[in-house]
Amino acid sequence: MLRINLKTILAMIVIALFFTTNYALAKEITLLNVSYDPTRELYREYNEAFTKHWKEKTNDTVTVRQSHGGAGKQARSVIDGLEADVVTLALAYDIDVIAEKTGHFGKDWQSRLPHNSAPYTSTIVFLVRKGNPKGIKDWDDIVKAGVSIITPNPKTSGGARWNFLAAWGYALKKSGGDEATTRDFVTRLYKNVPILDSGARGSTTTFVKRGIGDVLLSWENEAFLAVNELGPDQFEIIVPSVSILAEPPVTVVDKVTQRHGTFEVAKAYLEYLYSPVGQKLAAKHYYRPVSPEHADPVDIARFPKVNLFTIDEIFGGWKKAQKTHFADGGTFDQIYVPSR
Amino acid sequence: MTTKTATLSSTSHQALTEPKAVRWLLTGLALAFLVLFLVVPLAAVFVQALEKGLDAYWAAIIEPDALAAIRLTLIVAGISVPLNLVFGISAAWAITKFKFRGKAFLITLIDLPFSVSPVISGLIYVLLFGLQGWLGPWLSAHDIRLIFAVPGIVLVTIFVTFPFVARQLIPLMQAQGVEEEEAAMVLGASGWQIFFRVTMPNVIWGVLYGVILCNARAMGEFGAVSVVSGHIRGLTNTLPLHVEILYNEYNFVAAFAVATLLALLAILTLVAKALLEKKVRH
Amino acid sequence: MSIFFKQRSVLPGFGLTMGFTILYLSLIVLIPLSGLLFKTATLSWEDFWGAVASARVLASFRLTFGCALLAAMINGVFGLMVAWVLVRYRLPGKRVIDALVDLPFALPTAVAGITLAGLYAGNGWIGQYLEPLGIKIAYTPLGIIVAMTFIGLPFVVRTVQPVLEDMEKEQEEAAACLGANRWQTFVRVIFPAITPALLTGFALAYARAIGEYGSVIFIAGNMPMVSEITPLLIITKLEQYDYAGATAIATVMLVFSFLILLTINLIQWWSRRHAER
Repeated sequence: MLRINLKTILAMIVIALFFTTNYALAKEITLLNVSYDPTRELYREYNEAFTKHWKEKTNDTVTVRQSHGGAGKQARSVIDGLEADVVTLALAYDIDVIAEKTGHFGKDWQSRLPHNSAPYTSTIVFLVRKGNPKGIKDWDDIVKAGVSIITPNPKTSGGARWNFLAAWGYALKKSGGDEATTRDFVTRLYKNVPILDSGARGSTTTFVKRGIGDVLLSWENEAFLAVNELGPDQFEIIVPSVSILAEPPVTVVDKVTQRHGTFEVAKAYLEYLYSPVGQKLAAKHYYRPVSPEHADPVDIARFPKVNLFTIDEIFGGWKKAQKTHFADGGTFDQIYVPSR
Repeated sequence: MTTKTATLSSTSHQALTEPKAVRWLLTGLALAFLVLFLVVPLAAVFVQALEKGLDAYWAAIIEPDALAAIRLTLIVAGISVPLNLVFGISAAWAITKFKFRGKAFLITLIDLPFSVSPVISGLIYVLLFGLQGWLGPWLSAHDIRLIFAVPGIVLVTIFVTFPFVARQLIPLMQAQGVEEEEAAMVLGASGWQIFFRVTMPNVIWGVLYGVILCNARAMGEFGAVSVVSGHIRGLTNTLPLHVEILYNEYNFVAAFAVATLLALLAILTLVAKALLEKKVRH
Repeated sequence: MSIFFKQRSVLPGFGLTMGFTILYLSLIVLIPLSGLLFKTATLSWEDFWGAVASARVLASFRLTFGCALLAAMINGVFGLMVAWVLVRYRLPGKRVIDALVDLPFALPTAVAGITLAGLYAGNGWIGQYLEPLGIKIAYTPLGIIVAMTFIGLPFVVRTVQPVLEDMEKEQEEAAACLGANRWQTFVRVIFPAITPALLTGFALAYARAIGEYGSVIFIAGNMPMVSEITPLLIITKLEQYDYAGATAIATVMLVFSFLILLTINLIQWWSRRHAER
């Protein structure tokens, strides 16, 4: 019995060593893109396009590996040592924290690429059930009594933070900057939320598969995806009068790419996002491209006109928004536990 | 006299098993519980896995990323289970065959990984080996990757499944006592002889149960592994993580198909146990 | 090994086995866990108290420990029943049932959570019959109990089962010969013999349920103050890069679980020694 076990152990250790060394000795160029949840489909197609482009240009073979997860968790993994060559996350704050905690790249990272380093943007819209039975047209309709809202927990989900800020920005604009009215509006909104999932995709599943809720607050690209992939004749997208301009930014992780010797490829990988090919793919996957002229007009026609405000003009940047609203004891917590 | 014996034997027979009604009731309750908590969820997993037919099911399993996940899961279990087996036997021997102070304390320490939230089990290794942790900068300077790589996944799996074999063996070996071993000792047997000839045959079932549980848990662990894996597709995704990825891609059929593999693995180990049982008993 | 005072025994191997046990335990469990305590110690007393004694954290403690206790009790009762039926009765398809018991370990917790939420939601196989009766399970604390019961199920069955299998019939026969009825035999002879295993199984199921995260978050609804479990709060702290705050809550959980396990183990050893005398 014991002899068999010792043999098994040895065999397993040998196998494990074989695999680990095998990974380390891989010859071709490998990039690791650490991203958030809703970009899976986009990057799957984009990576193929970039590999082809790079092969034509330099004859090198690039394999882009993907890691997806909640934005906060992904940023934390990079901080704790996940060797990402590029990060493409849901919001700038998470990348700011990476810069601050690791010093892998400068704090001015957002100015290194055009458009605040966001090659595509999105916004927050409503997904409702077919025929819009509750007659939801704008933000005011969803805070009414008897409307059930699905949105994830802003503490664990990047998308949920955009949802919260979109609602807050709307109320603040409407009330002419009255803080108390705004707070009351957002409190009423969250009183209508029966479930706080931990991530955007969890919320979509709750809304679509479990049939819970009258309205889902969602990324525009996620809403399109849900309608087209999960049930074209079951849902409708409602665009509110005002919403937030969500900019999911990207950056190269300098220190890691320098060690891997992949800085140039990584840089080209992100720049290619701004190229006609990258922009076209972004629009195809329901992201609003920053250069719409490169995209397929049919794809662009899908995006309705929305009155958008930015996080900087309403909240004075992510750092401030994070601290006031999402830190422990912030406005989100106060909705559930009244501050003393 | 004969009548008296007859009465005694019939009472003793009755008293050795429960009345029929009780037997039915117990069996019924136990089965109802299992159906509600095990059979129905399992059926739900299989139904969703086969929703689009066998072809879709098979395609999900032979997809390269799924195969990579299967391979990684087997490696991880293959390393952590034998290590914990050796530990479990050694701990059970020390604890049950000798008397010393602080025994309950030691057992509790061994139990501890059960009660540690998977989230925390992952976190402690990040605190230790992460770039912001104590050893992280040194490891990074020497280009040694523990977390977000295979060794980290193996480590947390060992942690999570740490107590299984020991915990299974301790009550069993306690119940057995030390008389048989002491008798063997007096008859001049060596330590290893006692262990293999006297102790082992008595506790073989406990060891097997322990290994089976340990293995099932090692393959199925999600939370802790998720913290240290980095979720790199095709590289550091174990089967449970691969399931999560597929689910988050709205690829429900593939997600549940891969999940059924884990359920089948559990059943397979039990079949192996049944076969061994036969072999040993005959 | 100096902390362990050993009494004389004729059996060999104490040094080797104890040495290995302590070494392995230290490397895998104690040293990494001590990191948690050190990290927590970087907090001032006020910060620590602020992190672990806020209304929300306290509510999550009540929820987590309460639901886990109920789930472990359910598992204690039904787990014993299942083990008993599996060992003592003849049943068609017993092997299959036996194999199923391990399922909660093998099935990734996330799959379990997703599946259970699907079953007990208002449009699920089970939920559709319960909802008209006014019983909501998914996305309420009841759902948390269901998930915790599921993941802890194998513990009691698998700890009691080997002991029942090894139990010799002689004692029961003797009791019967002495005129005990079946119930008396069970209470006086069988139950005491399986109590240590049962307690162990209960304690393990309880401890496991306290820490459970993956399956619970899918079915809990995660509403602050109502259905938010403690491990989720730890994750929440981590997402804000508040490692110290996260480890503070983790430490409190750890100490609680340790005390629960220690108490049960002490009771067990005490009752054993008592029985030996």
